[in-house]
Amino acid sequence: MKKNTVLGLEVPCGPNGVSVITVLQAIQGYYGYLPEEALEKAARELKVPLIDFYSVATFYKNFRLAPQGRREVVTCTGTACHVRGSEKITEEISRTLGVDIGSTTEDGEYSLKCVNCVGACALAPLVIVDGRYYGQMTSLKVRRLFSDNPTKTEQTVSSGLSE
Amino acid sequence: MINLTMDGLKISVEPGATLLDVARFYGANIPTLCYDEALSPYGACRLCLVEIGEPGKSRLVSSCTYPAREKLNVRTNTVRVMQTRKMIIELYLATCPSSKTIQDLASKYGVTGVRFSPKNEECILCGLCVRMCEEQMQAKAIGFVDRGVNRRISTAFDRKSEQCRLCGACMYICPVCQARCQGPSEESTLCNACLNLSPPCLENNDHTLCYMDPCAACELKKKTNQ
Ligand code: SF4
Ligand code: SF4
Ligand code: SF4
Ligand code: FES
Ligand code: FES
Repeated sequence: MKKNTVLGLEVPCGPNGVSVITVLQAIQGYYGYLPEEALEKAARELKVPLIDFYSVATFYKNFRLAPQGRREVVTCTGTACHVRGSEKITEEISRTLGVDIGSTTEDGEYSLKCVNCVGACALAPLVIVDGRYYGQMTSLKVRRLFSDNPTKTEQTVSSGLSE
Repeated sequence: MINLTMDGLKISVEPGATLLDVARFYGANIPTLCYDEALSPYGACRLCLVEIGEPGKSRLVSSCTYPAREKLNVRTNTVRVMQTRKMIIELYLATCPSSKTIQDLASKYGVTGVRFSPKNEECILCGLCVRMCEEQMQAKAIGFVDRGVNRRISTAFDRKSEQCRLCGACMYICPVCQARCQGPSEESTLCNACLNLSPPCLENNDHTLCYMDPCAACELKKKTNQ
Protein backbone atom coordinates (compact mmCIF):
# COMPACT_ATOMS: atom_id res chain seq x y z
CA MET A 1 0.00 0.00 0.00
CA LYS A 2 1.18 3.50 -0.75
CA LYS A 3 2.26 5.50 2.27
CA ASN A 4 2.22 9.17 2.93
CA THR A 5 3.59 11.12 5.85
CA VAL A 6 1.68 13.60 7.96
CA LEU A 7 3.55 15.32 10.81
CA GLY A 8 6.33 12.85 10.07
CA LEU A 9 3.99 9.93 10.84
CA GLU A 10 3.34 7.27 8.24
CA VAL A 11 -0.25 7.20 7.05
CA PRO A 12 -1.66 4.61 4.64
CA CYS A 13 -2.78 6.27 1.47
CA GLY A 14 -5.73 5.39 -0.75
CA PRO A 15 -6.25 6.29 -4.40
CA ASN A 16 -7.65 9.69 -3.39
CA GLY A 17 -4.91 10.51 -0.89
CA VAL A 18 -5.01 10.01 2.86
CA SER A 19 -8.39 9.92 4.61
CA VAL A 20 -9.24 11.92 7.71
CA ILE A 21 -9.76 8.75 9.73
CA THR A 22 -6.36 7.25 8.93
CA VAL A 23 -4.64 10.53 9.80
CA LEU A 24 -6.46 10.66 13.13
CA GLN A 25 -5.56 7.04 13.81
CA ALA A 26 -1.89 7.73 13.11
CA ILE A 27 -1.88 10.75 15.41
CA GLN A 28 -3.68 8.90 18.17
CA GLY A 29 -1.38 5.93 17.70
CA TYR A 30 1.60 8.17 18.34
CA TYR A 31 0.35 10.41 21.16
CA GLY A 32 -2.24 8.09 22.72
CA TYR A 33 -4.85 10.80 22.13
CA LEU A 34 -5.54 13.64 19.72
CA PRO A 35 -3.72 16.77 20.92
CA GLU A 36 -5.24 20.01 19.65
CA GLU A 37 -1.93 21.35 18.33
CA ALA A 38 -1.24 18.15 16.40
CA LEU A 39 -4.62 18.35 14.69
CA GLU A 40 -4.04 21.99 13.84
CA LYS A 41 -0.65 21.23 12.34
CA ALA A 42 -1.98 18.27 10.39
CA ALA A 43 -4.88 20.35 9.09
CA ARG A 44 -2.46 23.00 7.89
CA GLU A 45 -0.13 20.43 6.35
CA LEU A 46 -2.92 18.67 4.46
CA LYS A 47 -4.85 21.88 3.72
CA VAL A 48 -7.95 20.32 5.23
CA PRO A 49 -10.31 22.48 7.33
CA LEU A 50 -9.80 21.79 11.02
CA ILE A 51 -13.53 21.28 11.52
CA ASP A 52 -13.33 18.12 9.37
CA PHE A 53 -10.90 16.59 11.84
CA TYR A 54 -12.94 17.76 14.80
CA SER A 55 -16.22 16.43 13.38
CA VAL A 56 -14.78 12.97 12.80
CA ALA A 57 -12.86 12.95 16.09
CA THR A 58 -16.00 13.74 18.08
CA PHE A 59 -18.16 11.32 16.08
CA TYR A 60 -16.23 8.11 16.75
CA LYS A 61 -15.92 6.87 20.29
CA ASN A 62 -12.49 5.42 19.56
CA PHE A 63 -10.95 8.87 19.22
CA ARG A 64 -9.93 10.71 22.35
CA LEU A 65 -9.34 14.43 22.60
CA ALA A 66 -7.82 14.24 26.08
CA PRO A 67 -5.00 12.06 27.34
CA GLN A 68 -5.97 8.68 28.69
CA GLY A 69 -5.26 7.65 32.28
CA ARG A 70 -2.63 4.97 32.94
CA ARG A 71 -5.39 2.53 33.83
CA GLU A 72 -8.63 2.23 31.97
CA VAL A 73 -11.87 1.48 33.79
CA VAL A 74 -14.83 0.54 31.63
CA THR A 75 -18.33 -0.13 32.93
CA CYS A 76 -20.92 -1.81 30.82
CA THR A 77 -24.26 -0.04 30.56
CA GLY A 78 -25.79 -2.50 28.11
CA THR A 79 -29.29 -3.86 28.66
CA ALA A 80 -28.40 -6.79 30.90
CA CYS A 81 -25.94 -4.76 32.96
CA HIS A 82 -28.39 -1.89 33.19
CA VAL A 83 -31.11 -4.16 34.48
CA ARG A 84 -28.74 -5.51 37.10
CA GLY A 85 -27.82 -2.06 38.36
CA SER A 86 -24.82 -0.88 36.33
CA GLU A 87 -25.87 2.70 36.96
CA LYS A 88 -25.20 2.36 40.68
CA ILE A 89 -21.90 0.63 39.97
CA THR A 90 -20.79 3.41 37.65
CA GLU A 91 -21.78 6.01 40.24
CA GLU A 92 -19.85 4.14 42.90
CA ILE A 93 -16.72 3.99 40.74
CA SER A 94 -17.12 7.63 39.87
CA ARG A 95 -17.30 8.51 43.56
CA THR A 96 -14.52 6.17 44.71
CA LEU A 97 -12.04 7.38 42.11
CA GLY A 98 -13.34 10.94 41.90
CA VAL A 99 -13.72 10.92 38.16
CA ASP A 100 -16.60 11.67 35.79
CA ILE A 101 -17.69 9.37 33.01
CA GLY A 102 -15.54 9.99 29.97
CA SER A 103 -12.76 11.77 31.85
CA THR A 104 -9.53 11.07 33.68
CA THR A 105 -8.51 11.54 37.31
CA GLU A 106 -6.36 14.56 38.07
CA ASP A 107 -3.30 12.44 38.79
CA GLY A 108 -3.69 10.82 35.37
CA GLU A 109 -4.12 7.36 36.89
CA TYR A 110 -7.66 6.27 35.96
CA SER A 111 -9.94 6.94 33.02
CA LEU A 112 -13.58 5.97 33.29
CA LYS A 113 -15.83 5.23 30.37
CA CYS A 114 -19.03 3.36 29.58
CA VAL A 115 -19.76 0.95 26.78
CA ASN A 116 -22.96 -0.77 25.72
CA CYS A 117 -22.65 -4.54 26.07
CA VAL A 118 -19.41 -6.39 25.62
CA GLY A 119 -21.13 -9.74 25.10
CA ALA A 120 -20.66 -11.10 28.60
CA CYS A 121 -24.19 -10.46 29.83
CA ALA A 122 -24.23 -13.53 32.08
CA LEU A 123 -21.69 -11.72 34.26
CA ALA A 124 -23.77 -8.54 34.54
CA PRO A 125 -23.13 -6.02 35.91
CA LEU A 126 -19.68 -5.92 34.45
CA VAL A 127 -16.62 -3.76 35.03
CA ILE A 128 -13.44 -4.01 32.98
CA VAL A 129 -10.17 -2.70 34.34
CA ASP A 130 -7.27 -2.69 31.91
CA GLY A 131 -8.84 -5.46 29.89
CA ARG A 132 -9.56 -7.62 32.93
CA TYR A 133 -13.23 -8.50 33.41
CA TYR A 134 -14.89 -8.26 36.80
CA GLY A 135 -18.40 -9.73 36.83
CA GLN A 136 -21.41 -9.50 39.15
CA MET A 137 -20.14 -6.29 40.62
CA THR A 138 -21.55 -4.71 43.74
CA SER A 139 -20.75 -1.39 45.40
CA LEU A 140 -18.69 -3.27 47.99
CA LYS A 141 -16.68 -5.07 45.32
CA VAL A 142 -16.05 -1.77 43.59
CA ARG A 143 -14.65 -0.23 46.76
CA ARG A 144 -12.49 -3.30 47.35
CA LEU A 145 -11.29 -3.33 43.75
CA PHE A 146 -10.01 0.20 43.99
CA SER A 147 -8.78 0.07 47.58
CA ASP A 148 -5.02 0.33 48.07
CA ASN A 149 -4.74 -3.41 48.31
CA PRO A 150 -6.47 -4.76 45.23
CA THR A 151 -4.83 -8.17 45.47
CA LYS A 152 -7.99 -10.01 46.47
CA THR A 153 -8.92 -11.95 43.40
CA GLU A 154 -12.18 -13.39 44.69
CA GLN A 155 -14.14 -10.84 42.71
CA THR A 156 -12.42 -11.70 39.47
CA VAL A 157 -14.86 -13.85 37.60
CA SER A 158 -13.56 -15.83 34.66
CA SER A 159 -10.45 -13.81 34.06
CA GLY A 160 -9.95 -16.02 31.03
CA LEU A 161 -12.08 -13.56 29.15
CA SER A 162 -9.43 -10.95 29.40
CA GLU A 163 -6.77 -12.92 27.64
CA MET B 1 -35.64 12.89 -21.54
CA ILE B 2 -37.27 11.12 -18.64
CA ASN B 3 -41.02 10.57 -18.68
CA LEU B 4 -42.92 10.44 -15.42
CA THR B 5 -46.30 11.19 -13.94
CA MET B 6 -46.73 13.82 -11.26
CA ASP B 7 -50.17 14.34 -9.71
CA GLY B 8 -51.67 12.79 -12.81
CA LEU B 9 -49.76 15.02 -15.23
CA LYS B 10 -47.52 13.36 -17.82
CA ILE B 11 -44.21 15.14 -17.66
CA SER B 12 -40.86 14.96 -19.49
CA VAL B 13 -37.80 16.25 -17.71
CA GLU B 14 -34.06 16.44 -18.28
CA PRO B 15 -32.04 13.71 -16.57
CA GLY B 16 -30.50 14.95 -13.34
CA ALA B 17 -33.55 16.85 -12.14
CA THR B 18 -34.84 15.99 -8.68
CA LEU B 19 -38.53 15.49 -7.93
CA LEU B 20 -38.50 18.80 -6.09
CA ASP B 21 -37.17 20.60 -9.18
CA VAL B 22 -39.94 19.05 -11.24
CA ALA B 23 -42.64 19.83 -8.70
CA ARG B 24 -41.54 23.45 -8.32
CA PHE B 25 -41.32 23.90 -12.07
CA TYR B 26 -44.89 22.71 -12.50
CA GLY B 27 -46.13 24.71 -9.54
CA ALA B 28 -46.82 21.96 -7.01
CA ASN B 29 -46.53 23.38 -3.54
CA ILE B 30 -43.86 21.57 -1.53
CA PRO B 31 -42.47 23.11 1.64
CA THR B 32 -38.78 22.74 2.51
CA LEU B 33 -36.63 23.59 5.48
CA CYS B 34 -33.20 22.25 4.62
CA TYR B 35 -33.18 23.00 0.90
CA ASP B 36 -31.72 26.00 -0.88
CA GLU B 37 -31.33 26.40 -4.62
CA ALA B 38 -27.77 27.55 -4.26
CA LEU B 39 -26.66 24.62 -2.11
CA SER B 40 -26.40 20.88 -2.56
CA PRO B 41 -29.50 19.00 -1.39
CA TYR B 42 -29.11 17.29 1.96
CA GLY B 43 -32.38 15.53 2.78
CA ALA B 44 -32.37 16.28 6.48
CA CYS B 45 -35.72 17.90 7.29
CA ARG B 46 -38.05 15.44 5.48
CA LEU B 47 -40.58 18.20 4.96
CA CYS B 48 -40.43 17.94 1.17
CA LEU B 49 -41.67 14.37 1.12
CA VAL B 50 -43.78 13.04 -1.73
CA GLU B 51 -45.37 9.66 -2.36
CA ILE B 52 -43.99 7.50 -5.15
CA GLY B 53 -45.03 4.14 -6.57
CA GLU B 54 -48.42 2.61 -7.19
CA PRO B 55 -51.10 2.95 -4.48
CA GLY B 56 -50.82 0.07 -2.05
CA LYS B 57 -47.07 -0.27 -2.55
CA SER B 58 -46.20 3.37 -2.35
CA ARG B 59 -43.57 4.96 -0.19
CA LEU B 60 -42.58 8.39 1.00
CA VAL B 61 -39.29 9.88 -0.19
CA SER B 62 -37.68 13.27 0.21
CA SER B 63 -38.21 15.00 -3.13
CA CYS B 64 -35.17 17.27 -2.80
CA THR B 65 -32.80 14.30 -3.00
CA TYR B 66 -34.81 11.91 -5.17
CA PRO B 67 -33.82 11.97 -8.86
CA ALA B 68 -36.53 11.87 -11.50
CA ARG B 69 -36.80 8.34 -12.92
CA GLU B 70 -38.51 6.86 -15.94
CA LYS B 71 -42.18 5.89 -15.40
CA LEU B 72 -42.24 7.11 -11.81
CA ASN B 73 -45.68 7.84 -10.43
CA VAL B 74 -45.32 10.79 -8.05
CA ARG B 75 -48.06 12.27 -5.90
CA THR B 76 -47.37 15.43 -3.96
CA ASN B 77 -50.57 15.98 -2.01
CA THR B 78 -52.06 12.70 -0.84
CA VAL B 79 -53.58 12.25 2.58
CA ARG B 80 -50.53 10.30 3.65
CA VAL B 81 -48.16 13.06 2.52
CA MET B 82 -50.21 15.75 4.23
CA GLN B 83 -50.60 13.85 7.49
CA THR B 84 -46.93 12.98 7.70
CA ARG B 85 -45.94 16.54 6.84
CA LYS B 86 -48.20 17.92 9.56
CA MET B 87 -46.64 15.52 12.03
CA ILE B 88 -43.15 16.63 11.04
CA ILE B 89 -44.13 20.29 11.43
CA GLU B 90 -45.60 19.52 14.83
CA LEU B 91 -42.36 17.87 15.91
CA TYR B 92 -40.30 20.81 14.67
CA LEU B 93 -42.62 23.15 16.54
CA ALA B 94 -41.93 21.32 19.74
CA THR B 95 -38.20 21.42 19.02
CA CYS B 96 -37.95 25.11 18.13
CA PRO B 97 -41.13 27.02 19.01
CA SER B 98 -39.26 30.32 18.75
CA SER B 99 -38.65 30.03 14.99
CA LYS B 100 -40.78 32.20 12.73
CA THR B 101 -40.17 29.94 9.75
CA ILE B 102 -41.57 26.95 11.59
CA GLN B 103 -44.50 28.87 13.08
CA ASP B 104 -45.38 30.10 9.60
CA LEU B 105 -45.29 26.55 8.28
CA ALA B 106 -47.67 25.54 11.04
CA SER B 107 -50.11 28.30 10.15
CA LYS B 108 -49.85 27.55 6.47
CA TYR B 109 -50.37 23.80 6.79
CA GLY B 110 -53.03 23.98 9.45
CA VAL B 111 -51.14 22.59 12.41
CA THR B 112 -53.31 23.83 15.24
CA GLY B 113 -52.04 21.82 18.16
CA VAL B 114 -48.76 20.55 19.56
CA ARG B 115 -48.91 17.35 21.54
CA PHE B 116 -45.25 17.30 22.58
CA SER B 117 -43.59 19.28 25.31
CA PRO B 118 -41.48 22.14 23.94
CA LYS B 119 -37.73 21.64 23.89
CA ASN B 120 -36.75 25.20 23.00
CA GLU B 121 -33.72 24.15 21.01
CA GLU B 122 -31.90 26.70 18.92
CA CYS B 123 -31.13 24.39 16.02
CA ILE B 124 -32.94 21.74 14.00
CA LEU B 125 -29.71 20.36 12.47
CA CYS B 126 -30.82 21.16 8.95
CA GLY B 127 -27.20 21.70 7.93
CA LEU B 128 -27.95 24.79 5.82
CA CYS B 129 -25.36 26.87 7.66
CA VAL B 130 -22.67 24.20 7.21
CA ARG B 131 -23.32 23.93 3.47
CA MET B 132 -23.55 27.70 3.10
CA CYS B 133 -20.22 28.19 4.82
CA GLU B 134 -18.53 25.51 2.73
CA GLU B 135 -20.15 25.84 -0.67
CA GLN B 136 -20.79 29.56 -1.00
CA MET B 137 -18.31 31.15 1.39
CA GLN B 138 -15.53 28.62 0.84
CA ALA B 139 -14.67 28.97 4.50
CA LYS B 140 -15.63 25.65 6.09
CA ALA B 141 -15.44 27.14 9.55
CA ILE B 142 -18.37 25.26 11.04
CA GLY B 143 -19.59 21.69 10.94
CA PHE B 144 -21.47 18.98 12.76
CA VAL B 145 -19.87 17.96 16.03
CA ASP B 146 -20.51 14.89 18.21
CA ARG B 147 -23.32 12.50 17.38
CA GLY B 148 -26.73 11.16 18.33
CA VAL B 149 -28.65 13.35 20.74
CA ASN B 150 -25.53 15.42 21.34
CA ARG B 151 -25.08 16.32 17.69
CA ARG B 152 -24.69 20.05 17.23
CA ILE B 153 -23.21 22.74 15.03
CA SER B 154 -19.94 24.22 16.14
CA THR B 155 -16.46 25.34 15.17
CA ALA B 156 -13.40 23.15 15.68
CA PHE B 157 -12.72 22.77 19.42
CA ASP B 158 -15.62 25.18 20.00
CA ARG B 159 -13.20 28.08 19.63
CA LYS B 160 -13.29 31.13 17.42
CA SER B 161 -12.38 29.83 13.99
CA GLU B 162 -9.52 31.20 11.93
CA GLN B 163 -11.41 30.26 8.77
CA CYS B 164 -14.53 32.23 9.68
CA ARG B 165 -14.66 35.59 7.96
CA LEU B 166 -17.66 36.81 9.93
CA CYS B 167 -19.76 37.09 6.79
CA GLY B 168 -22.94 36.19 8.63
CA ALA B 169 -24.17 33.97 5.82
CA CYS B 170 -24.75 31.09 8.22
CA MET B 171 -27.16 33.19 10.25
CA TYR B 172 -28.77 34.61 7.16
CA ILE B 173 -29.75 31.18 5.93
CA CYS B 174 -30.69 29.61 9.27
CA PRO B 175 -34.43 28.83 9.41
CA VAL B 176 -34.44 29.09 13.18
CA CYS B 177 -32.64 32.39 13.71
CA GLN B 178 -35.61 34.65 13.01
CA ALA B 179 -37.81 34.97 16.07
CA ARG B 180 -41.54 34.68 15.63
CA CYS B 181 -43.70 37.82 15.60
CA GLN B 182 -44.48 37.86 19.31
CA GLY B 183 -40.85 37.46 20.24
CA PRO B 184 -38.77 34.44 21.11
CA SER B 185 -40.11 33.31 24.45
CA GLU B 186 -43.86 33.27 24.20
CA GLU B 187 -45.70 31.02 26.63
CA SER B 188 -47.53 28.95 24.06
CA THR B 189 -45.67 26.56 21.80
CA LEU B 190 -47.91 27.40 18.88
CA CYS B 191 -48.43 30.87 17.43
CA ASN B 192 -51.11 30.56 14.72
CA ALA B 193 -51.81 34.29 15.12
CA CYS B 194 -52.16 34.64 11.35
CA LEU B 195 -54.94 32.08 11.29
CA ASN B 196 -57.18 34.38 13.32
CA LEU B 197 -57.02 37.18 10.77
CA SER B 198 -59.55 37.11 8.00
CA PRO B 199 -58.14 38.25 4.67
CA PRO B 200 -59.76 41.63 4.04
CA CYS B 201 -59.20 41.64 0.29
CA LEU B 202 -61.98 39.10 -0.20
CA GLU B 203 -64.55 41.53 1.11
CA ASN B 204 -63.35 44.45 -0.98
CA ASN B 205 -62.28 43.00 -4.31
CA ASP B 206 -64.17 40.36 -6.16
CA HIS B 207 -61.68 39.42 -8.83
CA THR B 208 -58.23 40.42 -7.67
CA LEU B 209 -55.50 38.80 -5.66
CA CYS B 210 -53.03 40.88 -3.75
CA TYR B 211 -50.12 38.38 -3.74
CA MET B 212 -49.00 39.43 -0.29
CA ASP B 213 -47.22 36.67 1.58
CA PRO B 214 -48.40 35.57 4.08
CA CYS B 215 -51.99 36.25 3.25
CA ALA B 216 -53.30 39.01 5.52
CA ALA B 217 -49.87 40.60 5.61
CA CYS B 218 -51.69 43.93 5.28
CA GLU B 219 -53.59 43.25 8.47
CA LEU B 220 -50.44 42.17 10.23
CA LYS B 221 -48.83 45.48 9.31
CA LYS B 222 -51.77 47.44 10.73
CA LYS B 223 -51.59 45.38 13.89
CA THR B 224 -47.92 46.07 14.50
CA ASN B 225 -48.34 49.78 13.74
CA GLN B 226 -50.92 50.18 16.47
S1 SF4 C 1 -47.95 35.76 13.63
FE1 SF4 C 1 -48.05 34.58 11.70
S2 SF4 C 1 -46.17 35.23 10.65
FE2 SF4 C 1 -45.87 35.73 12.80
S3 SF4 C 1 -44.88 33.92 13.69
FE3 SF4 C 1 -47.08 33.70 14.02
S4 SF4 C 1 -47.72 32.43 12.32
FE4 SF4 C 1 -45.74 33.29 11.72
S1 SF4 D 1 -19.88 33.79 9.31
FE1 SF4 D 1 -18.16 32.35 9.43
S2 SF4 D 1 -19.14 30.39 9.91
FE2 SF4 D 1 -20.75 31.74 9.13
S3 SF4 D 1 -20.85 31.33 6.92
FE3 SF4 D 1 -19.48 33.08 7.20
S4 SF4 D 1 -17.47 32.13 7.32
FE4 SF4 D 1 -18.93 30.49 7.68
S1 SF4 E 1 -27.88 26.49 13.07
FE1 SF4 E 1 -29.68 26.93 11.77
S2 SF4 E 1 -28.96 26.55 9.68
FE2 SF4 E 1 -27.48 25.58 11.03
S3 SF4 E 1 -28.20 23.46 11.21
FE3 SF4 E 1 -29.07 24.59 12.93
S4 SF4 E 1 -31.09 25.23 12.21
FE4 SF4 E 1 -29.91 24.65 10.39
S1 FES F 1 -25.08 -5.84 28.85
FE1 FES F 1 -23.19 -5.75 29.88
S2 FES F 1 -22.13 -7.35 28.90
FE2 FES F 1 -24.01 -7.38 27.82
S1 FES G 1 -36.02 19.90 1.88
FE1 FES G 1 -35.95 17.84 1.33
S2 FES G 1 -35.49 16.90 3.23
FE2 FES G 1 -35.38 19.00 3.74
